[in-house]
Amino acid sequence: MNRGLFRGRGLQIYTWLVIAWLVVPIAVMILFGFNDTRGRFNTTWQGFTFKWYGQLFEIGDLTQALVNSLLIAVLTMVIAGVLGSLIGLALGRYRFRGAALLTLVMFAAISCAEIVMGASLHSLFITLGVPEGFPTIVVAHVMFSISFVAVTVRARVMTLDTSLEEAARDLGANTWETFRLVTLPMIFPGVLAGSMLAFALSIDDFVITNFTAGSTVTFPLWIWGVTRVGIPPQVNVMGTLIFAGGLLIAVGNIIAARRRRA
Amino acid sequence: MRTLRARLTPYALIFPGGLWLAIFFVVPTVVMLSLSLQSGNVVDGFAFTFNWHSYVDGVTTYHDQIVRSLLYGLAATVIQIVIGFPVAYWIAFKGANRKSVYLFLVLLPFLVSFVLRTISWQYLLSDNGILLGPLRDAGLLPQDFRILATPAAVIGGLSYNFLPFMILPMYVALERIDPRLLEAAQDLYASRVQTFLRVVLPLSLPGVFAGVLMTFVPASSDYVNASVLGGTNTTMIGNVIQNQYLINQDYPIAAAMSFTLMAVLLVGIFAYARALGTEDVLEVAAR
Repeated sequence: MNRGLFRGRGLQIYTWLVIAWLVVPIAVMILFGFNDTRGRFNTTWQGFTFKWYGQLFEIGDLTQALVNSLLIAVLTMVIAGVLGSLIGLALGRYRFRGAALLTLVMFAAISCAEIVMGASLHSLFITLGVPEGFPTIVVAHVMFSISFVAVTVRARVMTLDTSLEEAARDLGANTWETFRLVTLPMIFPGVLAGSMLAFALSIDDFVITNFTAGSTVTFPLWIWGVTRVGIPPQVNVMGTLIFAGGLLIAVGNIIAARRRRA
Repeated sequence: MRTLRARLTPYALIFPGGLWLAIFFVVPTVVMLSLSLQSGNVVDGFAFTFNWHSYVDGVTTYHDQIVRSLLYGLAATVIQIVIGFPVAYWIAFKGANRKSVYLFLVLLPFLVSFVLRTISWQYLLSDNGILLGPLRDAGLLPQDFRILATPAAVIGGLSYNFLPFMILPMYVALERIDPRLLEAAQDLYASRVQTFLRVVLPLSLPGVFAGVLMTFVPASSDYVNASVLGGTNTTMIGNVIQNQYLINQDYPIAAAMSFTLMAVLLVGIFAYARALGTEDVLEVAAR
């Protein structure tokens, strides 16, 4: 029997139309990175050129903003990756008093409106007189990423068999050796997935960064700042390169997963 | 018997991350509440006076923006269910061995910065842009027709930006449905419509609920779409909060509005969480 209730190609065509709608702005972004625009506003097509790829780093502030974004994302990935994985391991492996409270706080952090988290942190920093900048952005990004990493790692931990760790201990491994040689390799796919999620969340974040950045500028903040005066094509090129990088990593993951299954 | 050390292990594991969440998520919320009850200004300083006026003033002044945010968020959520459900259904039941490819295509927008995606729509929809310009020149649209700065542009942008968050949990719920249930329903002489309404739809509801949670919260609290695609008549509560905090620096009223937004959303979220169980929502949210 045919799986599902509906016959014909209607739904398939519909699905492709929705996917097309989702991809349209990406296509526009990539296309206008090749636009030979002369004015400040890069909104009408004026011919094909590669020159913006050659002049990619000619706007100093923009380059600095991109560098800031990448640095913040890497720091967030490492810090939230470690702290979130430890929480995920504790929640997936142990039953302990306070686990429900921690889960509730994480749930609140995941479902809280970004603007409320940003506004709260901004309130804290202005009340304490902490100058906002690069470190406060990292603090904020780690804060909202921890829960996502923890939930991802917890899901992985819960699928694991504890008998392997018991076997390691029976064979004379101490706690640290068991963790390093048995537990960590087993949960590593979860840790990697969670850390990559943290990187992705960090590099794309606008709202919370807007509230905690002070005068430091990240890639999304720089774009936001020039919205009204015209966006240079270099932004499109950088967006295209980030998109291509993400695409390569994701496709690589899918192929690797296929190969493991085969 | 478990040793003391074994009992302390989970606490040692959660300590650094838990502390981070406590200091930078829980404490700031309390600080914001306190800030909303203070009075004063940025020059003379602020003092805690247990002043409820910021709430009264804020809700009176920004009544329109609050209502508009909830309406736009609701409209975008409904549009996303209507647009997304058939897609989630088709991928879950007809995606065969290419499900992950289709899901990947649905998630593609997340590889481009949120702000950049919204600005892309601004390019597309601008009055003389690549879409409206040619249509108007061809006489297919009246000369004064525009999309930017209308509620339709903002709601459209919100629907676009958060659609993958709606499709994903709906897909997860639909994918879990055993196809034999559909066969059983049909063997028992249910029509296609009956099978859909009485088997598929009820089983997909947890996914729809999770999707609503994941799209309504960001949509109703957003200010990027309203700023980039909207005009002066489409400002949302997010615009107010951003403006008051970062430009006017009228912190008490900004904090009061932010706290009001949080309270409204929290009531909704916890009603949902109660109905579904926290674990389920967290699990779906993590995917």
